[in-house]
Amino acid sequence: MNLTLKIWRQSGSSDKGRMVTYRVEDVSPDMSFLEMLDVLNERLILEGDDPVAFDHDCREGICGMCGMVINGVAHGEQRATTTCQLHMRHFEDGAVITIEPWRAAPFPVIKDLVVDRSSFDRIIQAGGFVSVPAGSAPDAHAMPVPKEDADAAFDAATCIGCGACVAACPNGSASLFTAAKITHLGLLPQGQPERDSRARAMVEQMDAEGFGGCTNTGECTAVCPKGIPFDTIAQMNADYLRSASS
Amino acid sequence: MAVTGAVLVLFLVGHMLGNLKIFLGADSFNHYADWLRTVGSPALPDRTLLTITEIALVLAVALHMWAAVSLARRAAKARPVKYAAKRKSQASGYATHTMRWGGVIIVLFVIWHLLDMTFGTVNPGGGDATPYDRMIAGFQPGRWWVGLFYLVAMVMVGLHLRHGLWSAFQSLGLTRRPRVRNALRVGAAVVSAVLVIGFVAAPVCIMIGVVK
Ligand code: HEM
Ligand code: SF4
Ligand code: FES
Repeated sequence: MNLTLKIWRQSGSSDKGRMVTYRVEDVSPDMSFLEMLDVLNERLILEGDDPVAFDHDCREGICGMCGMVINGVAHGEQRATTTCQLHMRHFEDGAVITIEPWRAAPFPVIKDLVVDRSSFDRIIQAGGFVSVPAGSAPDAHAMPVPKEDADAAFDAATCIGCGACVAACPNGSASLFTAAKITHLGLLPQGQPERDSRARAMVEQMDAEGFGGCTNTGECTAVCPKGIPFDTIAQMNADYLRSASS
Repeated sequence: MAVTGAVLVLFLVGHMLGNLKIFLGADSFNHYADWLRTVGSPALPDRTLLTITEIALVLAVALHMWAAVSLARRAAKARPVKYAAKRKSQASGYATHTMRWGGVIIVLFVIWHLLDMTFGTVNPGGGDATPYDRMIAGFQPGRWWVGLFYLVAMVMVGLHLRHGLWSAFQSLGLTRRPRVRNALRVGAAVVSAVLVIGFVAAPVCIMIGVVK
């Protein structure tokens, strides 16, 4: 396949940045999106140019490092898929593809497509932990958890912190990420001691970082590579209201 | 947002039910309009209920708009650099995209509507006509554009409520479990649809001559 790429290039946080057009030829439909960018970068390096910087680590959809807005959609239009797991067979030969970094004030661009997501780390630090010694995995029947809660907590726990929810939200809100963590810990017995203070601290940190307010548009869930359910935001709101009224 | 919205929704339900009295004839409707002004009399001065309602509504509308403007400003601050590619919506939900501009259209409608029905300024019957005559005169077939504006505005109200109600349930944390969430989602749609139908019934029936 031959493709035209329009990629955001920005040499550093002080650079204003611009879209630059590249051609890539002989792309195999079996390549992942990142492998396609590798092909471009190898050529750029040979030509003495600066390769396009992008984040990645596992390349198997579990670490949450990769992520870019592809043709206006975070992680591309393929549902429930990280950028590293997106394959070129979903694009047409000759396609023009726009590639941009996550756009949000709390996610400043470090270089090209790489953004600084430390704001997520600070939200976790504010309350995304349990203080009981959790130790090694307990026996399955040692601490009974209702099936419904176990399932909901598990679903929420699959969040990989990629930030696509923020990138896709028209308000630039981090509610889905924060709600996933609050739901995951708050529904399990080990998470009960800090349940109220956690919700309050994490929501306040999220607001302090400069993320926008949630207006329940549902764009986050739709692009989330892990399909974190929208219901987690209701859980976060419920826990937050409970902590505010106690 | 949720609290001020709830006040407005409660008003709309009452207002819609009141409007339906037009089908019971001129006397019933005028008597109802009169009752709104004299309820509690003689213990309370005239217009007590109306004045309380008016103050509550003005406050609710003002705070509702203030909340909407602050959310929009926070959103603009959270994304100082826009995307070059048009952000493609991945969530389904037409109503969601109409909240901000739809809200503006509804406010414009309310202004026209007050001039029309409350003060009679733009009503052919004028301010001195009885409420029933004002309503009949306002929706004559010759004034089809007024009726059309009411219809469009009511559809906007319906869309606004559909997302607004559901959004309020979500903000209050009531939609935590799939079964409850689906029930509330359907509930929001049903309440919105009933309100729209209840509101447009009177203008439509006057326009086609069923109510004279
Ligand atoms: C087709 C739908 C509607 C019809 C036929 C209608 C009709 C009327 C009438 C006849 C009155 C005057 C009542 C009286 O003088 O006692 C009135 C007042 C009013 N309506 Fe509506 N209305 C409609 C929809 C709405 C909607 C959707 C809103 C708000 C979003 C609204 C807000 C108001 C307000 C604020 C007043 C004034 C209340 C007051 O003066 O205390 N109306 N309407
Ligand atoms: S909620 Fe989904 S989109 Fe948001 S950070 Fe977690 S995995 Fe990524
Ligand atoms: S590189 Fe790890 S999720 Fe994509």
